[in-house]
Amino acid sequence: MSRGPRQRAVPYAFLAPAIILFTLVVLLPIGYTVYLSLHRTRVTGLGLGRGARTEVFAGLATYRDALASPEFWRGALRVLGYGAILVPTMLGLALLFALLLDLPKSRFARFNRIAIFLPYAVPGVVASVLWGFLYLPALTPLPVPADMLGPGLLLFAVLNIGLWGGVGFNMVVILTALRAIPAEVYESARLDGCSERQIALRIKTPLITPALVMAGVFTVIATLQVYTEPTTLAPLTNSLPSTWTPLMKVYTDAFVRGDIHSAAAASIVIAVVTLALSVLFLRLVAGRAFAGEDL
Amino acid sequence: MRGALRPILALAAGASLLAGCTTDSGGDEGGSAGPVELSFWTWATNIEQVVDKWNSSHPDVRVTVSRQSQGDELVTKVLTAAKGGNAPDLFQAEYQALPTFVSNDAVADLSDFAGGAKEKFADGVWAQVTLGTDAVYAIPQDSGPMMLYYRTDLFQQFGLTVPKTWDEFAATARALRAKTTSNFLTTFSSNDPGWFAGLAQQAGGRWWGVAGETWTVGINDAATRRVADFWGGLVAEGVVDDQPMYTPEWNKSLGDGTLLAWPSAIWAPGVLESVAAQTKGKWAMVPMPQWSAGENRTGNWGGSSTAVSANSRNAKAAAEFAIWLNTDPVATEALVTAGALYPAARDAQSGPALAKPPAFMAEQTDFYPQAKQIADTAVGWTWGPNVNVAYQAYKDTFGKAITDRAPFSDAVAVMHRTTLEDMRKNGFKVEG
Repeated sequence: MSRGPRQRAVPYAFLAPAIILFTLVVLLPIGYTVYLSLHRTRVTGLGLGRGARTEVFAGLATYRDALASPEFWRGALRVLGYGAILVPTMLGLALLFALLLDLPKSRFARFNRIAIFLPYAVPGVVASVLWGFLYLPALTPLPVPADMLGPGLLLFAVLNIGLWGGVGFNMVVILTALRAIPAEVYESARLDGCSERQIALRIKTPLITPALVMAGVFTVIATLQVYTEPTTLAPLTNSLPSTWTPLMKVYTDAFVRGDIHSAAAASIVIAVVTLALSVLFLRLVAGRAFAGEDL
Repeated sequence: MRGALRPILALAAGASLLAGCTTDSGGDEGGSAGPVELSFWTWATNIEQVVDKWNSSHPDVRVTVSRQSQGDELVTKVLTAAKGGNAPDLFQAEYQALPTFVSNDAVADLSDFAGGAKEKFADGVWAQVTLGTDAVYAIPQDSGPMMLYYRTDLFQQFGLTVPKTWDEFAATARALRAKTTSNFLTTFSSNDPGWFAGLAQQAGGRWWGVAGETWTVGINDAATRRVADFWGGLVAEGVVDDQPMYTPEWNKSLGDGTLLAWPSAIWAPGVLESVAAQTKGKWAMVPMPQWSAGENRTGNWGGSSTAVSANSRNAKAAAEFAIWLNTDPVATEALVTAGALYPAARDAQSGPALAKPPAFMAEQTDFYPQAKQIADTAVGWTWGPNVNVAYQAYKDTFGKAITDRAPFSDAVAVMHRTTLEDMRKNGFKVEG
């Protein structure tokens, strides 16, 4: 009855595809990014001719430079401000629409649900180009301010695109949770004399907290990754520098300035911060949202 | 370690990491049967038609065009591909990007194959591809001498005269605004560093130079500051618009006559045709306004060469194609007629294809003869090894200066500092 070495290898054979893929597409790129971030290019003399550029070990100098860059922090602050407005507005609107659509007397619910969800199906670049056209005073049919892409309103111009594209998705997440609530709960509430508004605020909203948390996590991640909208709008205005958000700075460093080492260092910093924020957020809300489920 | 990692080209894009595997391109040289296959990255208009001519007359060397996005993006793409070992055999390289390519070991030295090509080009043009060394890093394709384009009908309507100096240009801009508040003479664009570089060349700026084994950076020189403050003054006064070029808004402004003039380059008719087709026949081209009356100088906006990758296995065949493409009468004529570019090769500039004006400006029958005269007055400069950094700094700092209503010469100073610091940080020997 003793198991031979062949049998012991079986589980590993089953695991191998996952392990190999994980190593190839996750571990190796991360490892290479770390490697890049610890090196830098060194040029000798005029930097012309063969072999004038060598890669040298730089230690943590790239990280020091990335963290010392004022643009990086200005961009980070911008993203914080963006998130401070985006997250509550997004969740508020998504919750509002979901509750309205879930009302028993809601009309054209099916049509409205699809209409609100539809912008989510529009790719970010297309949405940004579309709104970019709508923001330009000479082209827009809408009564937007002439300096919609000026320094004062720019943040709101970007926010609007994010909201337009994101509310529908989060609404569907919340609506799905609402539909899962058993009808008896409402019945008994109505028997107790609960108005629809009270049902929405006192019964539905607390019951769908896990869905709200989920939508919150998605929105926080979307905030930290804001890139497409400002990058697409940048050529249309004087007020949107190439380092408007930290991710844009990473792109500029890597693909415009050709400094892949600084970009790698900044990427690692952003990844660590994102991870820390996500874990922190989930820890904070875990008790409420997942009713003691271990994370 | 590096050998194992090399096939994996990992680029960190924020929290998300993308990975792609690369394989070596290109086939075997000689030996095996079948034609040599060359890949060519370019964005030149209708270049496929020119390449088809080569392919039908050269069965042993087959060139395949891969259409790319313009300018800066292609620079990065080629540099990344070169690091990954899968760069194309040939690619289009703007003159200002060549030192960057050379400094990154991305281009092959063609001096063994291109000896005879030198005589086909003006010395100034040839110097752009040798960088003043004995090497030949590319074959010149086209150049973009700058000229002033204006709307003849609107100039007449508002009673304006064509400015011959920049002082007159400023006076014209003011005169127009005195008559109407809905039009501008032109716009200052924070999005187009190549345009500003051309203006600085005309004024006598020298953004980079080489002294022995040391680079010099001179972006903050008197000529460039003069150009910057001239435009900054007009923008602050409100007599020149400050919206970037190449936006939907700009297209509309050119089409509906909101903008009356465009200091641009020889390829402008093609751009105008695509963004403002309804204004056909309403434009005229004249030499750029001058800094002092009676002078005859202009700068270059754009202009490209054809380079061969350092890791191309068919460098000889690629060089032959690059020379054919840019000097053979059959090719240059097609480049002019199909691609609407102004060829760099001397013979091609007086070739039959340039006898007629561009269709968009058919009224100006002497368009190309006049253009040739202007092209001969174009002054260039040495491009540095980090033009990409300087150009990005231009976009960010001039955008900020316009937004904050700050003096443009301050923006030039920041641009200078950013460029210089980048070179120092990378280890270049540099002064400035």
